[in-house]
Amino acid sequence: MKPTDTTNPDYFHKVVDCQWACPSHTPVPEYIRLIAQGRYTDAYMVNRKSNVFPGILGRVCDRPCEPACRRTRIDEEPVAICRLKRVAADHRDDVTDLLPKKPATTNGKKIALIGAGPASLTVANDLAPLGYECTIFDALERPGGLMISNIPSFRLPQEVLDEEIGYILDMGVELKTSTRIDSLKALLKEDFDAVFVGSGAPKGKDLQIPGRDEAAGNIHIGIEWLESVAFDHIDKIGKRVLIIGVGNTAMDCCRTSLRLGADDVKVMARKPREFFKASPWELEDAEEENVEIVVNHSPKEFVLENGKLTGMVFETMEYDVDATGKITDTRVTGEVIIPCDDVILAIGQENAFPWIERDIGIEFDKWDVPEVDKVTFQSTRSGVFFGGDAAFGPLNIIWAVEHGHQAAISIHNHCRGKPLTDRVPDGQILEPTKMGMNEWRYSNGFDASDRRKMTHVDLKERFKKLDTEVELGFTPEQVATEVERCLNCDVQTVFEAPLCIECDACIDICPVDCLTIIHNDEEEALRPRLKNPAENTEQDLYVSAPLKGTGRVMVKDEDVCVHCGLCAERCPTAAWDMQLFDLIKAYASEDSLGVAAE
Amino acid sequence: MTSIAKPRIEKHLLRNKLGLTLRDYEGGMSTLCAGCGHDSVTAALVRAFYELDLEPHTAAKVSGIGCSSKTTAYFLGQSHGVNAVHGRMPSIATGAAAANGNLHYVGVSGDGDSLSIGLGQFCHAIRRNLNMLYVVENNGVYGLTKGQFSAAADYGSKSKRGEPNPHTPIDPVKLALTLGATFVARSFSGDKEQLVPLIKAAVMHKGFALIDVISPCVTFNDHAGSTKSYAHTYEYYHRAVHTDYIQPSEEIKAEYKKGEVMEVELHDGSVIALKKVDDDLNPRDRGEVLAYLSHHEAQSEVVTGLLYIDEEKQDMNARNKLPPAPLNTLPYERLSPGAATLADLQKAYC
Repeated sequence: MKPTDTTNPDYFHKVVDCQWACPSHTPVPEYIRLIAQGRYTDAYMVNRKSNVFPGILGRVCDRPCEPACRRTRIDEEPVAICRLKRVAADHRDDVTDLLPKKPATTNGKKIALIGAGPASLTVANDLAPLGYECTIFDALERPGGLMISNIPSFRLPQEVLDEEIGYILDMGVELKTSTRIDSLKALLKEDFDAVFVGSGAPKGKDLQIPGRDEAAGNIHIGIEWLESVAFDHIDKIGKRVLIIGVGNTAMDCCRTSLRLGADDVKVMARKPREFFKASPWELEDAEEENVEIVVNHSPKEFVLENGKLTGMVFETMEYDVDATGKITDTRVTGEVIIPCDDVILAIGQENAFPWIERDIGIEFDKWDVPEVDKVTFQSTRSGVFFGGDAAFGPLNIIWAVEHGHQAAISIHNHCRGKPLTDRVPDGQILEPTKMGMNEWRYSNGFDASDRRKMTHVDLKERFKKLDTEVELGFTPEQVATEVERCLNCDVQTVFEAPLCIECDACIDICPVDCLTIIHNDEEEALRPRLKNPAENTEQDLYVSAPLKGTGRVMVKDEDVCVHCGLCAERCPTAAWDMQLFDLIKAYASEDSLGVAAE
Repeated sequence: MTSIAKPRIEKHLLRNKLGLTLRDYEGGMSTLCAGCGHDSVTAALVRAFYELDLEPHTAAKVSGIGCSSKTTAYFLGQSHGVNAVHGRMPSIATGAAAANGNLHYVGVSGDGDSLSIGLGQFCHAIRRNLNMLYVVENNGVYGLTKGQFSAAADYGSKSKRGEPNPHTPIDPVKLALTLGATFVARSFSGDKEQLVPLIKAAVMHKGFALIDVISPCVTFNDHAGSTKSYAHTYEYYHRAVHTDYIQPSEEIKAEYKKGEVMEVELHDGSVIALKKVDDDLNPRDRGEVLAYLSHHEAQSEVVTGLLYIDEEKQDMNARNKLPPAPLNTLPYERLSPGAATLADLQKAYC
């Protein structure tokens, strides 16, 4: 293998599994260390720079970081990254002085942002401080998009939303609520330099089976129903409720039903548990509230008596699953009627653009979704950008934020006549962490503790009010333990081949046996021959230049390194060093293009 | 040494036939200097016992005084052991082996402990063919007392402050050969590929097995002019014999050409496969080995590998007709047959 090129920021970035997995590349270990030091405000600001909504995401993020966490490869459960983010948000001081300010003058460029969800808000967050005049339009009465309409307040309190959205609006962003955009054509005729479409994927899928129309009064589309609950248009539901579908929206629907008077809620799944779309923790929270999750039931028809919904017919299913987890055969084994008063359909959502005319230069693909560039987020019409669920279909908040950052860079370029592809690549800073003999400026010990469990409000108490936040947040003791579970993957093991005397000290002390000095070979040949075979091919091998004693190479399998620094402590020549990796990610800013804003 | 003990993380580690990981064969945290060759020898011992699928408690570690002798605390934490006074480890080992011949005795000593204060003891353990692995962690200096030349330092080798050594060295390998040792090897702490199979073969050899391990002192003897530094050892390193140790149940996987490999069967049915690099070395002939060593050492080469082996000689316990069972498991009447039996026995000499 060739010596690893660590000048490419991607190499060390990938070692920080959580940061690499996060769409907005939040430097997770960095803010966890700040939390460990009690520097909650600093931890909050580190978060805010990349993900804009730490308080919101600290509660309801989809957490792609957690399944990626290295801890899962050496332990049972990942670090509770999301929960720690909430700790930073909950305990921060007033941050208003630290936020970007509304500039004294504008640059005269006007940006229209359609939809007041996380994507549009992020674009405004990035552009308003640069002098752009941003106007956000939203059909609903309050801003937030799906964060307000689809996420129940018992998971995400209104005041958390208001505060973080307020930070952005205070930068001089104009918000026009209850203003639905019915025609993009008309909007484009107005005096805007760029338009950003962040209108989400607002259309819930329907289920057209017999009885659907007759029982319409008691059948609800999940995301519309949640929106009506959020805006107080609905405040009760029948005693027995069936939720069709088993994604995260289904979890929100079943738990909301329990708070509106239902006492027998079943979530009906067509397939077995391993095929569920819902996040494991959301399933867990629903089941804690005694929601029954029924597998292998496929909806067939609605049953009515005297014109009123009384139940649903399901086909019971059987599946053959092969070794790879794929369904190879499906059989219907029978039918069953399950009585109910109301049914909520939570079987997915999709984009809908009835308000975009098809003759304004915006091309739609065969699924009737606009063609959007994956890097610049521009549509086929210059100056019209898409982001969030509106761009590529339903994703999640953290993806919407990253789309917003990237679209903001594009809009900034667009407004200044720069090519949209003129983007600053990622950079990196590596700095030593050595403080003295075997002293590092991070906690290099390994804490074997298990993941801390979040405490919830008592099962009776939480149903009394719709907006009682269920999760109580970590106690100081839980925080103190959980922060130490982080392996500090951003403190990189950096190797200087010319210094190595091949004494084997690092190899002997490594607690996970991830180092080997070996005669070089092709990757496939090296992997099985390492001290502990490197079986996880998703993780890279770090290969040195030839060593001066024998011409062999130092190989590190990045897979299970716990960044304890023992290799560096044991190294007599400092060939190994522990260096802090900082990803330098470009945002729309005056200097990110090397040119000052006009 | 390090600031923290090596954390125990085992989820991903391989396990041997007993279901144990490498970590189960480790001991306490080393307090030696970072980069000390001795820590690598420790790691090689850990790996050898792991690969031999031996339960840690079937081993007994013995050592004397010095940096090397401290290391018995760093491996096989769940085994037996005695840390003896300076140079007296062979006596302790002799007594222990006489009392219980069923344990695997691992002696760890240094060039000071074995070749100066303990030289007499070292020689007599070899003479008796005591059934043990005897590792000399050889760095040519007294590291614990800040780097004076040891008896193993080469003539003309320079101290850290530049003074040349005026004395000729005692070479434990040649000494052992002349004393009739039945397993004589040399290796290097930086070459586990060679050291681990050598340790495995030595542990399973029935008799005295000496491994002289060049184990550089990173603090006092790793400079230019030293003949026991990492750089010097790598430069003049000469593997004379490749050694494979094959356990009784294992198949011989490597393919050798006919006549290229010498197979030595040990008492337990395991096999040592020796692949010679040079034709003029016969690991069955003491005289040839001594000549070979003299020839290559004249060119400053560090000759390594299993240099001599003899499986035929009886070990100490066999020579003295000691019972196979540990003495403490014998009934008291057999262990101490009484005055009448003694009187009978003495009549033979009257």
